[in-house]
Amino acid sequence: MKPSTRRAINQFSVAYSFLGLPLVFLLSFTFLPSFISSILSFFHYIPGVELKFVGFSNYKRMINDQLFWIALGNSLKYLIVVPLLQLIAFVVAVIVNQPLRGAGLIRTIIYLPVITSIVVVGILWRELLASEGLINRLLISFGIISSPISWLTNPSLALWAVMSVTIWKGIGYYMVIYLAGLRSISKEFKDAAVLDGASPWQLHWHITFPLLKPYFVLCTILSSISALKVFAEVYVLTPGGGVAHSTTTLLYYIYTTAFGPELDMGYGATIGIGLALLVAVVSFINFHFFREGGWKYYN
Amino acid sequence: MKGAGNIIIKRAVNYFFLFLLSLLTLGPFLWLLIISLKVKGSVFAFPPINTLEELGFKNFLNVTTLFPVWQYFINTLILAIGGAVWQVILSALAGYPLARMEFPGKKIILVLLASILVLPGEANFIVNFITCYKLRLLDTFIGVILPSGITVFGIFIMRQAYILIPREFEDIARVDGCNEWQLWWKVMLPLTKPALATLAVYGFISFWNSFLWPLIVLQTPEKFPLSVALSYLQGTFASNFRVIAAALVLTILPVVILFYFFQQFFLESPLGGDK
Repeated sequence: MKPSTRRAINQFSVAYSFLGLPLVFLLSFTFLPSFISSILSFFHYIPGVELKFVGFSNYKRMINDQLFWIALGNSLKYLIVVPLLQLIAFVVAVIVNQPLRGAGLIRTIIYLPVITSIVVVGILWRELLASEGLINRLLISFGIISSPISWLTNPSLALWAVMSVTIWKGIGYYMVIYLAGLRSISKEFKDAAVLDGASPWQLHWHITFPLLKPYFVLCTILSSISALKVFAEVYVLTPGGGVAHSTTTLLYYIYTTAFGPELDMGYGATIGIGLALLVAVVSFINFHFFREGGWKYYN
Repeated sequence: MKGAGNIIIKRAVNYFFLFLLSLLTLGPFLWLLIISLKVKGSVFAFPPINTLEELGFKNFLNVTTLFPVWQYFINTLILAIGGAVWQVILSALAGYPLARMEFPGKKIILVLLASILVLPGEANFIVNFITCYKLRLLDTFIGVILPSGITVFGIFIMRQAYILIPREFEDIARVDGCNEWQLWWKVMLPLTKPALATLAVYGFISFWNSFLWPLIVLQTPEKFPLSVALSYLQGTFASNFRVIAAALVLTILPVVILFYFFQQFFLESPLGGDK
């Protein structure tokens, strides 16, 4: 055997002795489950009770399932979080990026909700939003409303209330990404623009926004995916998925189908496929929209 | 002096905005802290406190007698430390050959890792539940930790750290007669300490806060971490929010302390936290 061949074989075995353990877990808990769940969607499966091939009947059930459509509608509505959250996070990043006294401390404060457990955030806001809670007390004492509002039990308000909590928790996360973006913009660009007589607004519009495009794409995609996959907020703030299913989102519905009294894992997996398709479509639209926007700008 | 006046107004607007923002963020936390320390009067009182005499540590004593909060605390600690260590081990192993070796299949593995970010993983938890059921890992801490250790984020952080190590370290170690494993364990791994620490802190916090997966895997209340226990108990203790508030403060505290010491990790290298 040539020495070079021996070295290659040696490299190969060393590399895979490092990769073996991680690959086993990568394949069995992250990669393969995506495929297995699409197989599972063709079965009626209750663990330890029944495993039966049922063809497309789970999919037929989904199309005729009113609750699925309600959950889909709520998940789509939840996407309204994305532009609001990105706008707030970006504005906050621009402000705390300025050389103001205390800006560092405020960055830390704004990041606090990000590292706080979503269950804690949920229970805390459930109390704040209760009809006797602090929010209603404040609004009444400022004369904005005259009687308490049932933020979480009124079916037409509940989803919005849950969405505000998601926004409150998410600002710091995206702020940090935008801060990294703002700091990556070389000072020379800005100096040159200011020398050319650009106003602060022109500076943002012609320099900051185009250069930050990759950050907007990244944040919008991340934020859309997590909006479509919202679960804990719904679970904690509105137990049972809200009055009249007003806050039942797709992931919450998957959870109650697969792990509720029914334990219907096959149907749960089917809705999971539906959610996966939705995530794929929304991510594709995000990419496409931003590429178009950017393309037009550069022409 | 129109310019100077403008700057002052702009400053003032900025400071006002910052003040409003920190009030909106910090306000709920402060209210929680006050309620957890409030021993007299209504939870819903407005303003929350009138005199300092209403404050005390009784709620924190009550919370330990009313439900086994220390048990939940220890469970959470075991899951968070175990999960962080497991994530660090897997990432430190996988990142190394991907950064510093050439071997057949490397490209495929990198593509595999990248594809996970776009692969439909929304129903994975159902399949993973079935896997844990078959492996008899349901209702165990191992079942909570094992499936969640692999993260693309972790592997890429470690890979980046290994890539940055200068070639000379490797050459010197080889001249000194190190084999591949010694090279990794004695030379490379110690040089990635900052990345390992970053990853450990991220891992600890994300396992400390994890909710959906432990909620699915664990069934015995004695094994619940704080997040699951709180969501389970909030119905039972709804009328006694002061005690719940004390439990919430105990849940946040370790993470806030950790965050205080390692905040530059979070504020300078984004993408690790929960959104």
